[in-house]
Amino acid sequence: MKDTVKQILKQYGSDRNRLMDILIDIQEQLGYIPKDAIDLLAANLGMSQVDVEQTISFYHFFSTKPRGKYAIYLNDSAVARMFGYDSVKRTFESEAGIKFGQVSDDGLIGLFNTACMGMSDQEPAAIINNKVFTRLTPYRVREIVKHMREGKAVEELMNESYGDGKNQLPSLRSIVSSNVRRKGMILGDDYEMGTVTKTRLTKMSPEAVIAEMKHSHIRGRGGAGFPTGLKWEFCRRSKGDKRYVICNADEGEPGTFKDRVILTEKPELVFEGMAVAGYAIGSDEGILYLRYEYRYMKDYLNEVLENMRKQNLLGKEIAGIEGFDFDIRIQYGAGAYVCGEESALLESLEGKRGEPRDKPPFPVEKGYLGMPTIVNNVETFGTAVKIVLNGGEWFTQFGTEDSTGTKILSISGDCMFPGVYEVDWGFNVEDMLDMVGAWEVQAVQVGGPSGTLIGSKEFHRTLGYSDLSTGGSMIIFGPQRNLLKDVVLNFMHFFIEESCGSCSTCRNMTQVMTNKLTKILNGKGVKSDLDDLQSWAKTLQASRCGLGQTAANPIVSSLKNFRHLYEALLQKDKDFDQGFDMEASVQASCNYVGRVPNFNHH
Amino acid sequence: MSKPVIATTSLAGCFGCHMSILDIDERILQLFDLVEFNKSPIDDIKKFTKPVDIGIIEGGCCNSENVEVLKDFRKNCKILISLGECAIMGGLPALRNGIPVEECLHEAYIGGPTVQLNTKHILPNDDELPMLLDKVYPCHEIVKIDYYLPGCPPRADLIWDALVALITGDPLKLPYELIKFD
Ligand SMILES: Cc1cc2nc3c(=O)[nH]c(=O)nc-3n(C[C@H](O)[C@H](O)[C@H](O)COP(=O)(O)O)c2cc1C
Ligand code: SF4
Repeated sequence: MKDTVKQILKQYGSDRNRLMDILIDIQEQLGYIPKDAIDLLAANLGMSQVDVEQTISFYHFFSTKPRGKYAIYLNDSAVARMFGYDSVKRTFESEAGIKFGQVSDDGLIGLFNTACMGMSDQEPAAIINNKVFTRLTPYRVREIVKHMREGKAVEELMNESYGDGKNQLPSLRSIVSSNVRRKGMILGDDYEMGTVTKTRLTKMSPEAVIAEMKHSHIRGRGGAGFPTGLKWEFCRRSKGDKRYVICNADEGEPGTFKDRVILTEKPELVFEGMAVAGYAIGSDEGILYLRYEYRYMKDYLNEVLENMRKQNLLGKEIAGIEGFDFDIRIQYGAGAYVCGEESALLESLEGKRGEPRDKPPFPVEKGYLGMPTIVNNVETFGTAVKIVLNGGEWFTQFGTEDSTGTKILSISGDCMFPGVYEVDWGFNVEDMLDMVGAWEVQAVQVGGPSGTLIGSKEFHRTLGYSDLSTGGSMIIFGPQRNLLKDVVLNFMHFFIEESCGSCSTCRNMTQVMTNKLTKILNGKGVKSDLDDLQSWAKTLQASRCGLGQTAANPIVSSLKNFRHLYEALLQKDKDFDQGFDMEASVQASCNYVGRVPNFNHH
Repeated sequence: MSKPVIATTSLAGCFGCHMSILDIDERILQLFDLVEFNKSPIDDIKKFTKPVDIGIIEGGCCNSENVEVLKDFRKNCKILISLGECAIMGGLPALRNGIPVEECLHEAYIGGPTVQLNTKHILPNDDELPMLLDKVYPCHEIVKIDYYLPGCPPRADLIWDALVALITGDPLKLPYELIKFD
């Protein structure tokens, strides 16, 4: 153990800012992070043990107890549950002889749940020791567990055929499918790597690059929609010895998986976009923050980076441009949705708990290690390449006035053709449903749990920043789905689980509102409960980051658009019922002291 | 018009909120001019003798008797006020809420370091005693509560102002100092 930890420490130069990498390597090599390792880390990184422990305890994939030779993380998102999570879970439990949350006595198998892992178009899916397994069935599960008992390596468990597109490359070899169903300027095949760097950057000043970005009116593709050109300009103007370019590939919003597909099919485009940004803001270092769920791409992406270095698209004096040095490394998350929030991401990059920072200062002034930093979405960087190639003016012909360009949608749920679609902004929901083969639709969740749930009355609405804003997640629900129980409740549990806990509003109100929702689902609701939900939702606005601010959205938007579903569950004859049950509540104490409950004579 | 009728009770509380009512000092005379008291420890009337306008509840519910008294108040009072932290949130008694009630009883009567005289490990199980609830409930989780007056205890001025506002129908002034607790 000691040697392993020392070796890993050495690899990262005992730099405490790299604690995440160090912990991930320890977790992968030892299967857990033992107490002795924590002591060793604290001593060598000049940190207290508590500081090491609090980082460990924050992330879902870190554990101070062994998680099994094969650690199985099964996705329990709403979409996974729509496509067979229950039977897959039961089969895992019966085959392994343990319950979820446990490790088998022989230490062979550990079973755990995990939040949406970016595979919504091929659920149910699981991560087994950092490899992804999709489209699981009870048959497949029996086979996998049998092979585990035979001691096969995880790679050998993937004996079915590999997925489509680049998933088949030797350096990737993954079961995952890209399911690219509609290509546009990003996913199209007409771009040759390096063209922008070699033919545009060589002729443009950094200011000119920023000017084109501003002219294009592109807004960030990660959800918040901040104008990208402006962000780059702010960063360039901020004072600092060094600047950083961060690509946000945390992609944790349930139902989103387009960044995975972009990084699989067009990684060069994203990396070149980061280099373009580096040139524009005057940065020589880029970091791709990749969610741990996508760790199976590690070798592949490193190979792409290496290849770009060989072609002098990364490294020193890129494309012969004097002073243009830029390189990229990949750093991983460890299972925390909130780390997609840009300031939480920076904390995580620095090896800390992923708790959002107070703003201002914004990352463009004080970001990674206190230096001016831009954080952009994967898709934003990919798009930047096309903007600089063809000019900002060209870009504005796509989409609408306030939402220029294309958007890559992740579409999943009850439809014939789930997958990734690149469309012009301004597309309406009706056309989208036709396109994906969804003919009987009860509702669509636009923008993931933090977005809105809409019904057929709103299918004429269009996708864009001024109408239905979305980071790309579209989940379709057919008439057979129980929206409140299977969707809204699942989403609320997601927020409870993923809240970082800093704000009392976000930490408590998500739970309090979920209790109330559960009460209504149990047939104990009354009309005032709906009013309570509506008014309590407002308190969440006081939260520090977008997670808490949007955490009531599943309830708020379903109350708005599907109020009849709630009303049908309410008790008609009562206007007050908190669900208090005297008999049940005295049972335990009466049992313990040995008396029979008596409600008559007091 | 006859005077508004008031009733008060202390459930799982420490009587601190009632002390705070008395803390309105000489205004208590004014209060008696304004209102009539019915069931309350203040005048020691044990049972409701007429319909009541305002019921004031101190403390949450930790046992079956608390629940019955609270329900009785709801039945007999037009307006119910949760007075103080324990009525509103469970307060100190609710510290036991994270612990199974069996463990609490064990600690109190059998295993706790201060249990010395109870050598026979007798547990309170007489049929006359109220039955302990699995946890301490704030009042609004059992009956509908109309108003909440926070504080531990709520300051006398807050109680006074709230009562006067309720009785006269004037708007309640809530200066920051009156509802700030740290
Ligand atoms: C809880 C939460 C999760 C987020 N997750 C992501 C994410 O996975 N990917 C992403 O690009 N942006 C995410 N964001 C938005 C980022 O904070 C940030 O706005 C974005 O990365 C900026 O890039 P863009 O301007 O290119 O969109 C998230 C925000 C919040 C509040
Ligand atoms: S809103 Fe929630 S996730 Fe965001 S900082 Fe506050 S507690 Fe953390």
